[in-house]
Formats: sequence, C-alpha cells, structure tokens
Amino acid sequence: MPDALLALLVAGAVMVSLNAYVVLGGADFGGGVWDLLAAGPRRRRQRALIADAIGPIWEANHVWLILVVVLLFTCFPAVFSRVSVTLHIPLTLMLIGIVLRGSAFTFRTYDSQRDDVQRRWGAIFAGASIITPVLLGVSIGAIAAGRVPPVPTGSFVAAYVAPWLTPFPFSVGVLTLVLFAFLAAVYLTLESNDRDLQEDFRRRGLAAGVIAFGAAALVLALAQGEAPQVWQQLLGAPWAIVLHLATAIAAVSALWALWTRQWRLARAAAAAQVSCIVWGWGLAQYPYLLPPDLSYRDAAAAAVTLKLVLLVLAAGTFVLIPSLYYLFRIFKARPT
Amino acid sequence: MSDLLAARSQMAVSLAFHIVFAVIGIAMPVLMVVAERRWQTTGDPAYFELAKRWAKGTAILFAVGAVSGTILSFELGLLWPHFMRFAGPVIGMPFSLEGFAFFLEAIFLGIYLYGWDRISPRAHLLAGVIVALSGALSGIFVVIANAWMNTPTGFKLVNGQALDIDPLAAMANPAAFTQTLHMTLAAYAATGLAVAGIHAAILLKQPHNRFHRAALLVALLVGAPAAILQPISGDLSAKHVARHQPAKLAAMESRFETARGAPLVIGGWPDVEARTTRLAIEIPSALSFLAFGDPMAEVRGLDAVPRADWPNVPLVHLSFQVMVALGTYMALVSAWAGWLAFRKRDLAGRRKLLVLLAIGTPFGFIAVEAGWMVTEVGRQPWVIQGILRTADAVTPMPGLIVPFSLFTLLYLALAAAVVWLLRRQIIESPNLPEPQQANLLETGRRA
Repeated sequence: MPDALLALLVAGAVMVSLNAYVVLGGADFGGGVWDLLAAGPRRRRQRALIADAIGPIWEANHVWLILVVVLLFTCFPAVFSRVSVTLHIPLTLMLIGIVLRGSAFTFRTYDSQRDDVQRRWGAIFAGASIITPVLLGVSIGAIAAGRVPPVPTGSFVAAYVAPWLTPFPFSVGVLTLVLFAFLAAVYLTLESNDRDLQEDFRRRGLAAGVIAFGAAALVLALAQGEAPQVWQQLLGAPWAIVLHLATAIAAVSALWALWTRQWRLARAAAAAQVSCIVWGWGLAQYPYLLPPDLSYRDAAAAAVTLKLVLLVLAAGTFVLIPSLYYLFRIFKARPT
Repeated sequence: MSDLLAARSQMAVSLAFHIVFAVIGIAMPVLMVVAERRWQTTGDPAYFELAKRWAKGTAILFAVGAVSGTILSFELGLLWPHFMRFAGPVIGMPFSLEGFAFFLEAIFLGIYLYGWDRISPRAHLLAGVIVALSGALSGIFVVIANAWMNTPTGFKLVNGQALDIDPLAAMANPAAFTQTLHMTLAAYAATGLAVAGIHAAILLKQPHNRFHRAALLVALLVGAPAAILQPISGDLSAKHVARHQPAKLAAMESRFETARGAPLVIGGWPDVEARTTRLAIEIPSALSFLAFGDPMAEVRGLDAVPRADWPNVPLVHLSFQVMVALGTYMALVSAWAGWLAFRKRDLAGRRKLLVLLAIGTPFGFIAVEAGWMVTEVGRQPWVIQGILRTADAVTPMPGLIVPFSLFTLLYLALAAAVVWLLRRQIIESPNLPEPQQANLLETGRRA
C-alpha cells in the first residue's frame, strides 16, 4: 500500500472517531444542556430521563475522544504537538469541563437524593456540559481558520490567545453546542413512552434544529473572512453541492420527522445531518490536517506505524462493534 | 517556579492522582466479580450486598479514573509536545491498544452497573469479568509505554529524529515485563489490602458482622497473594534497573561511589554535597548480591554519571525505602493471613491480624505513589532515558504555574468529593435506593 494511502486511511479513521464522538458523546453533553434548561411541571422527570439515558453509556461514548487523541499523537505527531502548543488554553479549559461534567454527573447519581444536593451537582454537570462543547468547537474553528502555526511566534497573546479568541472559532463553538443539544433532544424522544415528555423534547428539538440553521449560517458568513480555505472549498469544490444537498435533506427530514412525531426517523436524520457537517469540515480542509501548510501526507508518521495502527483498528473494531451493539441494545432498545 | 518545574509538578500531581483511581479500577472489578460469583453459588445475601456496594464504589472511582486519565492523555501534548512528537510514532501502539481495552472496560462497566435487572445473571457476571480483564490490560499497555521511556528500543536516533521505527520492538522493550508485572501485582495488593483494612477496622468494633467478614475474606483473597508475590517481582525489577539504569539504582540505594561488594543501604539520609549517606544501616555486600547474584559484583555509583545528570537522590532514596518497607509489611501480614487460612483458622476472629490489617489500609497506595516517584524521578533529567531530556520536551508556553495551580485545585476538590461519597456509600448508609430505583420512585411519586 502506498504511504499516502495509508496516511489517508488513518486520517479517515480519525474523522470516523471524531464523528462517533460528536454523534454519541455530543448528545451526552446536549443532555446536560437540557438538564440546565429543564422547565415546566415535568422538570424533575425531564432531568431523571436525561440521567437514565446518559448513565450507562457516557463513559463508553467518551472513549471516542481518547481514540482521536491517541490516533493523532501516534500517526500525526506533528498535528498533535502543534495543536497542543497553540491551543493550550482552550484545550485545558475543555479538559476541566470534561472532568467536571463526568465526575459531577456520577457524584449526583450516587450522592444523597435530597433536592439541594442534587441541584448542586446538577449545576456543575450542566454548566460543564455547556462550556465543553463550546471549547471543542472553538478549537476546531481555530484549526479550520489555519491559526495553528508550526512554531508560536510573537507575544503571549499573539501566540496563545489570538489564534482562537476571534468570532469564527466561537461561532463554531456555538454551532457545536446547538447541534449537541439538538441531537440530545431528538434522541430523548425515544427514551420514554411518556407522551408529555416526548412532546417536551420534541419542542426542544425543533427549537434547537431551527437555531442550528442560524448558527450554521453565522459560521459560514464568518468563514469567508477568517477561514478562507474552508469557505472556498465549501462553495466551489466539486463535492460541495452533493454535501450541501445531503446536509439539507437530512436537516429538513429531521425537523419534518420531529414535527410529525416519527422519532426513529428523526434520530437517524439528525445524526446524519450532524455527520454531514463534521465531514463537510473535514473535506473542506482536505488535504490539510492543519491548514494552510500541514497535509495528512506531510504529517504522517512512518509507514510501519500507520500499518500497525490500522491493524489494531481493524482488530479492535471487530471486538468493539459487537460490544457497542450489545450495550446499546440493552439500554437503547425501545422502552416498553 | 520555572515553567519546567511547573510542568513537571503538574504532570506529577496528575499522575499521582490518576494512579490511585487506575489501581482501584484494575482491582475493584475483581473483588466485585468474586463477591457476585460467591452470591450466585452460595445464595448468601451478604455477598450480593457486597457486590452491589462495591459496584457503586467502582462506579464513582472509575468515572474519576476515566476523566483524570483523559487529562493525562491531553497533558502529554499540552506539557510535553516535543516528547510526543518524537515518541508518538514509536510508542503509540500500546496506547492504541489501550484505547480499545478502555472501550471494553467502559462498555461492560456500563452494562454491569446498570444491567442488574436487564440481563441474565450469567451475562452479568461475564460483563464483570470483561471489565476486570480489560482493566488489567489497559494498565499493562500504559505501563509498557512507560517502560519504554526507561529502556527505549525500536528506533535509531539520527540527528534527533527517530528513524527505522519498529513499534513492536518498542513494545517489547526490556523493562516492559518487570514493570508491568510489578504494577499489576501492586494494583491487586494495594486495593485488596486497603479494602481488607477498612473492613478489618469495622470488624474490630463489630466482630460478628457477617457482611464485613465476607468483605474481609474476598478482599484478602485478591490482595494477599499479590502482596506475597510482590517482593519477588520487586527483586526482578531491581535487578533489571541495576543493569539498564545504573544511575537510578544508585539513587535508590544512595550509592555515591562505584564499588565491588557494595552494601545494601537501609534508611538513612543522602548528603549529596558530602557524597555520603548519614544514619543508614548497611548490610555488607548485600547490594552486589541482590542486584547481580554475586556478593563481589561491581555496582556503579552516582560517580559513574556526570553530576549534572543526577536525579534528586534524597527523594528517590526515601521513596524507595518507603516502598520497600510498606511492601514488606504488606507481604508479611498477608503471609500470616495466608498461613491462618491454610490452617483453616478464623481470620476475622484474630484481633491482632485485624489490627495489623487496619493499620496497613493506606500502605499499598502510599507504596504505589512512592514506587512511581522512584521510577519517574529516578529517570530524571531524562524523559526518555539517554535520548531526550525533560527540559527539551516541555512546551514553549509560558505561565505554566497557572494550569498547574488550576489542576491542583481541581484534584483537591475531586479528592474531597470522592472521599465524602465513599464514606457515605460504603461505610455509613446501608440501604440507599439504586439510581434506577430512585428515578422510578421519582416517576411514581409524580404520576
């Protein structure tokens, strides 16, 4: 196998893992958003439903992120080290968010069921569920904007703050948050047979879906100035029209399915819509992992490492897929 | 505080925090599965209660272990970008494998914790077994990567670049076997004896409590054999270090001069300026014999290494003494418990044994921390022994005292919360509703 193809395959695996993290783990963060925004007479039941939905699966969903990190430092070490240096601050804050979200959620489950105790952990859980996706999006936005140089230069602010503290990365952060909340609301309609709860999350899903259109438009508008390569590709690349069409069909289907209460269809369409957005970003950067200069070919580790990692991935997938299937079948089959 | 020191401190605090949860995450599922199996075969409800409570404890500790492990995987880049750039392609393999082991662990722990009523007892037990196995595997893969930092193999160093990379040879590095063996045994010994110690303390007050008797026996069953084997594994490790990292051994033993027939130095305080160890007990020729199997063998001292390349000798020596002393205590107490069990005596009725076990509750964890101090501080100033200096691996970002302080506060808060919750879960309140049941109650009340 030629080295470039090996590198492309591993880069594809990174994207697949990131896609899985967004579609699965993202919804767990979205659950935290709806925990914070729980309102109305069924507030407590909304929160209980979210906790039940996340409880058995969030740790497994979280491992996709670890896989992304490991694949990057093993196979594209230059990407990992450049990103870690320039985006130290948002990544550190995101880490703190990840830690607080996971631990507060678990502590809430196992601490006293008294209201004030539950509310205290709940506030941390929900707060962290909001900042983490925003910072994930900010980091991705800074990469897409080509702001991760080989060597940081200039003052502290120029080197470590300016690359991400601009409107475009934050618009990507907001879009990430809204999409995660959208996914969570759509998935939650399938977590309960209670009509009222389903309606609660249907309304939330519709609202988030509509806001997501706005957020996506904002990202595109800002991309023109701040992330020119991504902007040009999304407008002019031969695949762009297909991708936009697929995204649009998925997005409209998701909203329509929610509107007409076809929960399963809504879930599939929402996941497809978000996946299209993730891959749209990936393709728009192609062949660069870090625009404007570091392509997947130039960043790739030695071929022997890539081959072995691909072998591990193949063997691992063989074990992972049935295990994940078992997990989701136990906990996510239609409630009776 | 210099940025390098801040980065090293942040890494040290992160590792010291995570290792506690990693160790528990490896061993606790074994206790939980043994208890569940006993319940299934004997029908004794004490074991059921035990499995359930240990599962809850595991849930809390595993979650903290998972998130603190995530911090570490990012910190490899956030603090040591040049190290990862060099090492990633060489030693990324075990991390990739660890990724999948961690996946299995997380998936089947979710099934175990939330699946009591959803799958057959057999499938449930099997899920626990998979958690235990994949937990041990995760630990082994990560320690293999650390062993590579001590004895790097599988590449050629050309102008600061790693060429001719062979990731499999890197995984099969010389220190991998002794280090993974030592760490895996440590996980079972530390956790098993800590749990045994807690229940021994309670048994001193409530000698006839069946629940705590059952807990003590299961915990000893897991912890004691590992604690008894650990000195043998430690001996293998030390022999290995003597051959491959002489400077580390010299610091462990506070040996300043190369000599034949070197004595074993027990205790004492290294005076680095005077190049001597004060107030130590010395056993003549014992170090040469222990390290090389020959009482007249030459043991290299710190004088074989440039002064600038010495690790922090007092810290390494002290940590090593602490680890060995606590490990010896644990092995002896475990051996006594084993002897009593072999003679079919009632362990839970021996007050003296219970007192010794209760005293030893934190010893395993202190020994684990001390052992990591030995292996990590003892390797300094290198991050990859002889290849890359820690000072050359650190991130160029200034102001690292800020993230160091932030993470230290975060760990303190997490530690406080965990201690609070465990007290509540395992010791204080026996009849709490399950999470699912709690929600059912909630729904029921509303409906």
